[in-house]
Amino acid sequence: MDFTIILQAGIASGTVLLFATIGELFSERAGVLNLGVEGMMLIGAMSAFSATIATGNPWLGVMVAMLFAGLISQIHAFIVITLQADQVVSGLSLTFLGAGISLVLGEGLSKAGTVSLLPNFSIPLLTLIPILGKIFFTNQSVLVYVGYLLVPLSWYYINRTRPGLHLRAVGEYPSAADALGINVFRMRYFYVFVGGMLAGLAGATISLAVSPGWFSELTTGGQGWIAIGLVIFAQWDPIRAAVGAYAFGALRRLILDIQGPLLLLGFNNPFYYNPYLGFFLQMLPYLFTVIVLVIGSREAMRKRIGAPAALGNPYVRGERGK
Amino acid sequence: MMDRSKPVTKQPSSTTEIPLIVEMRGIVKRFPGVLANDHVNFELKRGEIHGLLGENGAGKSTLMNVLAGLYRQEAGTILVKGEPKVFSSPRDAIKSGIGMVHQHFMLVPSQTVTENILLGLDEPRFIMRLPDYDSKIAELGERFGLKVDPRAKIWQLSVGEQQRVEILKMLYRGVDVLIMDEPTAVLAPQEIEGLFTTLRAMIAQGKSVIFISHKLQEVSAIADRVSVLRRGVATASGVASKGVSRQELARLMVGRDVIFALDKKPCQPGDVVLDVRDIHAENDKGLPALRGLSLNVRAGEIVGVAGVAGNGQSELSQVISGMRECKQGQVLLDGDTVSNHSTLYGIQHGMAYVPEDRTHVGSAPNLSITDNVIMKKYRKPPILKNGLLDMKAATKLANELKQAYDIVVPNVSTPVRLLSGGNLQRVILAREISGLPSFMVAVQPTRGLDVGAIEGVHHLLLTQREAGAAVLLISEELEELLSLSDRVYVIYEGKIMGEVIVGGREQDEALVDTIGQMMTGTPLDQIQKEGVAAHG
Repeated sequence: MDFTIILQAGIASGTVLLFATIGELFSERAGVLNLGVEGMMLIGAMSAFSATIATGNPWLGVMVAMLFAGLISQIHAFIVITLQADQVVSGLSLTFLGAGISLVLGEGLSKAGTVSLLPNFSIPLLTLIPILGKIFFTNQSVLVYVGYLLVPLSWYYINRTRPGLHLRAVGEYPSAADALGINVFRMRYFYVFVGGMLAGLAGATISLAVSPGWFSELTTGGQGWIAIGLVIFAQWDPIRAAVGAYAFGALRRLILDIQGPLLLLGFNNPFYYNPYLGFFLQMLPYLFTVIVLVIGSREAMRKRIGAPAALGNPYVRGERGK
Repeated sequence: MMDRSKPVTKQPSSTTEIPLIVEMRGIVKRFPGVLANDHVNFELKRGEIHGLLGENGAGKSTLMNVLAGLYRQEAGTILVKGEPKVFSSPRDAIKSGIGMVHQHFMLVPSQTVTENILLGLDEPRFIMRLPDYDSKIAELGERFGLKVDPRAKIWQLSVGEQQRVEILKMLYRGVDVLIMDEPTAVLAPQEIEGLFTTLRAMIAQGKSVIFISHKLQEVSAIADRVSVLRRGVATASGVASKGVSRQELARLMVGRDVIFALDKKPCQPGDVVLDVRDIHAENDKGLPALRGLSLNVRAGEIVGVAGVAGNGQSELSQVISGMRECKQGQVLLDGDTVSNHSTLYGIQHGMAYVPEDRTHVGSAPNLSITDNVIMKKYRKPPILKNGLLDMKAATKLANELKQAYDIVVPNVSTPVRLLSGGNLQRVILAREISGLPSFMVAVQPTRGLDVGAIEGVHHLLLTQREAGAAVLLISEELEELLSLSDRVYVIYEGKIMGEVIVGGREQDEALVDTIGQMMTGTPLDQIQKEGVAAHG
């Protein structure tokens, strides 16, 4: 087994998680938990594939995916921001809604044949870096490079710009932000939309780049949930989110590839001879997600790991005595 | 600066030479069921500190929230520098040069001082070079005597420092009129002096200050002129503070002469009931909140814990009541260890708990008075009957308690969320006291209550003391502690700085000074060594 090839594929696979994680991170930094990532990714994957088949232009597919997923996210935004309903319940139903819509509209797409994919290319000089050059900069999809740019830009935006300052304030202490003339409601709608668009991009990354095609709900295979876990793991920081996303991308590839060869490090490969062990391995990322979510849902723990203080709470204006 | 020899009368604006910067005329503001401001007039001169006095709920904050653009008045006009203004948001008010520092700070804890001050401004446009602004803010702080590190995160700052950030936030926005809502409620005596110095520096530089308070002595110490509100009506507007006695102001505030001293029998302490030995505990963030704290309470005495908010008082009460883990040390109640047991264990050993958060910890808001008063009794007859709740007996008990504790409601099936603060506190005290506790811990039992209700609560606490119970009273109101307690411990950063005996020295200025120094972190033995205060 050539590990650089596995890692190279892992980075591509991690880019899916990266987009979804950063999107959810923006939404949560503004104080809105959106458990509908999986649904929005399905919408994105389906609409990207569908639009690309119809037009032959994968770039148009990406744009349609982002727009469609972004619009779907506004249902959640309306329910939790304007109607002030429970964010967990609304987010879960968004997942079901997204899955339902994409399965119905995507009916028959799996037999529709192949589409023109987004281009892959290498970055000239950077490929020459030993090992890393091959893993990060050789024959990767254009979206992988977009991912590299998104991470530092997100960090800089959140921590070093005026809108980023406002974003953090809205998620930490919305009444303070409101008192200083920041429109909390508009900000929250906007960042839920950003989260939706990035989830849509994550879906498009699957269906147009990483594992092209439409395979109904197996297309995303629960990666939206891993992204939600990663946000907590990342402690709401884009850089840590990138580390987590790529690590999990690589892990997913490794688990797939490890079941292939007859020999592993010179021994009979137990994962080849016993496929159930492979299934167990495939389960591990989700087990991690469950554990992280359980830990992250404890109030005391959330404070300690730096969750946005207003995460999950609807903002109600002008309550007397507050 | 001000002519302080004028007689104590209302001064019509036309006779003053100093221009008015703010004029409010006939302000009316209603809340459901309350007329918070009833045709109130208010005038502020340039370069003055104007005290706005009144009891809790008198409508002071409402009036100022109207001026600061947070509320919209139903009738009346606001003139700023002679021009009529309509404010639809605090932003509008700030644009007209009026800014307010609220009692509860509006600061984002995870952000730095500079970030908090820049929040909501149009400048910088996009990229924020914090170091540039850090130095600007440090300079501004220098000018007004507001020392605070611009790079510090808000959660690292003391309450006094946070207040300075709030003031800086307004000064940075260039306000001419600063409204301070109960600014001293959260400060230690020495910090109050610092605040006063700042306010004086501000008026020396041409700003004007409105100082909202219910504390007479503070207002007469700092204000040039005073206005008084009672139940939404102005009972005095703009009288020179030098020419009016405290008694007169008190009468204007409450409409009757206040009794400052409580009827308290001499203390006859018995055995030690509560013994807290060297306890350590963490706060919700996992940071140390209590660091080796010891104290004891004997039967038949009220022991106070004084301190500035956030020095471990909440954690102390939670460890004692069993609601927070005790990392080290132990809490003994009549010789039994109750720390790190269930709360039920403490209750069964005679503990009563009047928590800080009345509406969520002290009661279940949507349940009836009956349900709330049986919460500690339903395990035993007469409420428990054949393994079931006997609601008849429960209602009977609730009605008895309603009578005995003077809970003013039509009937006991009313959900407690509909009760006023005073009535709710009586429900909680009724539940706790009727269990005949040997020990009671009460945290901020009178916060937010009006004078009548406060008197009632004080009376109930003294009754407990006379019945031979041990009472631990944790409060931020020094006056309350001094008038009720037999001894007072002072807590600072999770440690006890010292213990003073109060009995008979309620009015002793030296005692207050000693406590004040301990509240800001000077241990008692050091104070005594320096001979600053004469203790015992």
